[in-house]
Amino acid sequence: MRKRTTGLAIEATSLVKSFGATRALDGIDLQVPEGMVYGLLGPNGAGKTTAVRVLATLLRPDHGQARVFGHDVVREADVVRSRVSLTGQYASVDEDLTGMENLVLLGRLLGHRKPAARERAEQLLSAFGLSDAADRQVKKYSGGMRRRLDIAASILNTPDLLFLDEPTSGLDPRSRSQVWDIVRAVVGHGTTVLLTTQYLDEADRLSGRIAVVDHGRVIAEGTPGELKSSIGAGTVHLRLRDPQQRPEAERVLAHALGELVQQEADPVLVTARVSGHGTDVEASEQAARALAELALAGIVIDDFSLGQPSLDEVFLALTDRPAVPANTDPATTDPANHEMEVAA
Amino acid sequence: MSTAITTEARTAPATYIPSAETLGTVLAPGARPPRPSALSASVTFGWRAMLKIKHVPEQLFDVTAFPIIMTLMFTYLFGGALAGSTTEYLQFLLPGIMVTSVVMITMYTGVGLNTDIEKGVFDRFRTLPVWRPSALVGMIFGDVLRYVLAATVILTVGLILGFRPGGGAVGVLAGIGLLVVFSFAFSWVWTMFGLILRSEKSVMGVSMLVLFPLTFLSNVFVEPTTMPGWLQAFVNVNPITHLVAAVRSVMAGSPDAGAITWVLASSAVFVAVFGALTMYRYNRK
Ligand SMILES: Nc1ncnc2c1ncn2[C@@H]1O[C@H](COP(=O)(O)OP(=O)(O)OP(=O)(O)O)[C@@H](O)[C@H]1O
Ligand SMILES: [Mg+2]
Repeated sequence: MRKRTTGLAIEATSLVKSFGATRALDGIDLQVPEGMVYGLLGPNGAGKTTAVRVLATLLRPDHGQARVFGHDVVREADVVRSRVSLTGQYASVDEDLTGMENLVLLGRLLGHRKPAARERAEQLLSAFGLSDAADRQVKKYSGGMRRRLDIAASILNTPDLLFLDEPTSGLDPRSRSQVWDIVRAVVGHGTTVLLTTQYLDEADRLSGRIAVVDHGRVIAEGTPGELKSSIGAGTVHLRLRDPQQRPEAERVLAHALGELVQQEADPVLVTARVSGHGTDVEASEQAARALAELALAGIVIDDFSLGQPSLDEVFLALTDRPAVPANTDPATTDPANHEMEVAA
Repeated sequence: MSTAITTEARTAPATYIPSAETLGTVLAPGARPPRPSALSASVTFGWRAMLKIKHVPEQLFDVTAFPIIMTLMFTYLFGGALAGSTTEYLQFLLPGIMVTSVVMITMYTGVGLNTDIEKGVFDRFRTLPVWRPSALVGMIFGDVLRYVLAATVILTVGLILGFRPGGGAVGVLAGIGLLVVFSFAFSWVWTMFGLILRSEKSVMGVSMLVLFPLTFLSNVFVEPTTMPGWLQAFVNVNPITHLVAAVRSVMAGSPDAGAITWVLASSAVFVAVFGALTMYRYNRK
């Protein structure tokens, strides 16, 4: 029963899970090092929740295997359960109960005696800013409060691995940044976090490594820096005063940024990917140079912005390449083109 | 949605700012207590069921109004015709109607589980390192409270109408005890259906399909000797018949050892078979 010291919190090999005709997981490989936030980034239906459910022992994979701290999620499910906890995509707290009751219930189930469970619940409610709402039913909580309670419930017995399935979906910016702060604190205390998200900026802010998932596969994996440098460090958006100047603007941008000017339907909008290799600073420098060149060329600009590539743009960049067509046998494609780190 | 937000704004005027220190204190890994025993985990889940009743007391309507209606309806509907007088019929009917009502109520276990398990909180329960069946056992513990409540309501109505059990208080309590033991065991049939079937409606449908023949084709309303032979054959293997015979005998003060043994044995079989099937589904859900 001793854990194998691979330094990996999660090690999944060729996980497959089908629901009828849908292949929710189509051979996912993951290697999540201990002690970091690992981002699982993907659009709706990519298979993120399914992957989390398999790793959290809620679903049995059809094929492949997964280990959590060296323990098989199917054969040693009980050991795995004693080391992980899960905050599901949809509130994993009891809506009919109050916040306090939810935490005391879980505390009891984790083996605390009633007074200890109550004390722990009070501490958590206070640390998560929920003391005032302690005796209110969870169904009357706001989305942000519910999420916080959900995460508080997950760290009742500080777990070694925490699954957070889209913890910020549907939250306003303030609640979102609260969740981010909490995640940072949790990982700062040595808990490994597997976080799924649809937002590149979220994965980028929090994660030590990111796996991009699509159609039940990992299509790219690496540090946020590696990932961004492979897809371009950002995107420049221009709004021109005069649509007549668009061809000239596109030419200048293509020159300054290297490549990749995208066609936009609106004649005054020009979008270009910053191909900068690596850091955000380099991306800013390139964008600044582009702006200077546009000014020198006498192009009048109403609006100029540099942003991170959106998930859409990431996907465009990663899946546009012909080497990974949707339903190809994994053996015949070459994932190395897309994966900065190919899982063995 | 908007009400929730305004409530938060009103009661938590200061915006919550996660502070590294306070979070640090709750994150510092304390000693992990040993995992709770199977019984303790089940009782804790039973406590959850009680809390749900406390927050949504309307759900007790089913277990109080329905038995009262059943008792009144059948006493006055059949009493005159079948036994000459309603009071006389009541001595025969009451234990049976109590069994019928409580066994009928067991189906809410399946319906409740079906709706409960779709909620995210069950994902959390299923990732806890506790004895696996405890969430379901606890849920049924909560339901047992309803069974006791329903039985008490019927007993009260019966006593008011003139039910005078020969077994006295002890006999009545023993009868209710047998009924509750059987209902606890029988509930596992519904947890299985609650996990297999897709919707609450289909669970209801299947429950009715099973419960109506089971309760009516029994000795609850009339003595089986008045029935045609083929029907007697079914009635005699129907577990409800044996349960009613046992409860009746105990309440009347002349315990029928054969029937009691039958009830306890069939209860054990229900738990073993349907408990196992339920857990099989639960683990693969
Ligand atoms: N229980 C289920 N039964 C049938 N199909 C399912 C089930 N769970 C998931 N799927 C399907 O599997 C695919 C992957 O779903 P999954 O929920 O894992 O995606 P996701 O990445 O979490 O998406 P989202 O961002 O919307 O949460 C989807 O096509 C979904 O419809
Ligand atoms: Mg999901």
